[in-house]
Amino acid sequence: MIEEKNSDTPKFPLRGTGGLAYVLQLADNALILGQRNAEWCGHGPVLEQDIAITNISLDLIGQARYLYQYAATLYNGFSVEEQHAVNALLPRPWKAFNRELQEDDLGMLREERQFLNLLITELPKGDWAQTTLRQFFFSAFQYLQYTQLQNSTDEQLAAIAEKSLNEVAYHLRWSSEGVIRLGDGTEESNRRITAALEELWMFTGEMFAPVAFETQAVQEGYGVDVASLKESWLNRVTTVFEEATLTVPKNTWAQSGGKEGKHTEHLGYLLTEMQYLQRTYPNAVW
Amino acid sequence: MNTNNDHINTSIEEQIWRLLEEVKDPEVPVLSVLDLGIVREVKVSDTEVPPLGGQGPKAAVSITITPTYSGCPAMDVISMDIRLKLIEKGYRNITVKQSLSPAWTTDWMTEEGKRKLKAFGIAPPNPKQQFCTTDMFREEAVQCPCCNSYHTELISEFGSTACKSMYRCLDCKEAFDYFKCH
Repeated sequence: MIEEKNSDTPKFPLRGTGGLAYVLQLADNALILGQRNAEWCGHGPVLEQDIAITNISLDLIGQARYLYQYAATLYNGFSVEEQHAVNALLPRPWKAFNRELQEDDLGMLREERQFLNLLITELPKGDWAQTTLRQFFFSAFQYLQYTQLQNSTDEQLAAIAEKSLNEVAYHLRWSSEGVIRLGDGTEESNRRITAALEELWMFTGEMFAPVAFETQAVQEGYGVDVASLKESWLNRVTTVFEEATLTVPKNTWAQSGGKEGKHTEHLGYLLTEMQYLQRTYPNAVW
Repeated sequence: MNTNNDHINTSIEEQIWRLLEEVKDPEVPVLSVLDLGIVREVKVSDTEVPPLGGQGPKAAVSITITPTYSGCPAMDVISMDIRLKLIEKGYRNITVKQSLSPAWTTDWMTEEGKRKLKAFGIAPPNPKQQFCTTDMFREEAVQCPCCNSYHTELISEFGSTACKSMYRCLDCKEAFDYFKCH
């Protein structure tokens, strides 16, 4: 029987090893934020919001799956030299399995320094205000990024972006409305979201600061120039903040390092939980 | 190519399309995968694959489906169900592929599918133009599947599955699921 494929063989496989890092970065953003949002399952403030945040989580994890599948397909198609060049990104435990790279290996067996997600995605879920605000910041960015990614010269990335965009539009709408309800809500909700803003603002700059493989991706036509997204993002934030009676902070200093594998302490704990099963039962199948 | 085989392939292809009508959405079992509009392609080709027990079709079949929502857990089940349905009819050389582009949209749901949804108690998706934007606080006009009133209100954007929202009818007081436009 012919093996079932979960993704089309790419017609324009990403050139070079920077391409692998680029796909992993997108996948890691989605997986880590998906994991954080899933922590609300059963603990949401009201049932409808519990369902909302877990649905958002499901969308994100679904996007992560496509991206990891694509990354695995790319890697399995690399030449020996190319595979050697990306060795540092690959999970050590998988190497002992002596089989093709699969999506789960990438998500569930890599270490902290191999993850390339934005720092903002790994921050703890905090209270509902922090989750809502963090989602708003990220979704506003992701919406702009994926809109442009649809024009990627890489067909599969463009397809994934096109597929995900409607879902991200929902996330953006839900979180925008949430920020307004909390900001312009009660005194307590305003206090909480203002506190969340003070925590989160310094993590937003990283989204617009490209690292080497992103710059390479733009040059080669398959990536998005994230610096160019900043103005639109800021416009969206300003519009929503005005209605939410929140002030856009003036400080511009940004925390960074996530896209280079340098993470906050939080990521270690997240991975410990998320990867526990796959690490304890190596190469397990359902 | 042998024109005789082409003719046979075409009629096998038609048979398979009819067969797919029997593969249902696991979550909403009144809908078939064809009603949902997720089957993109059925390709039949000549391959001399020895059939089981000497009986059954010899053709190789390739089916391409497209997922509704990225995280939809039903897609894996549907892939498997399609495969099992074909095996049941004697096919052995089966490929089920997923294609992401062009992206699935509720516009691909058939009118029949929408009718079945409503009969099942789920409000079918409105035409897309109404609501798939990032504008905030927009109210979409959703019709109650029970009493047909438009006097309805949104309870939550997100519902029991990735594809549904929750609404409430202010006339007959029923709460109902709405299949979101996508």
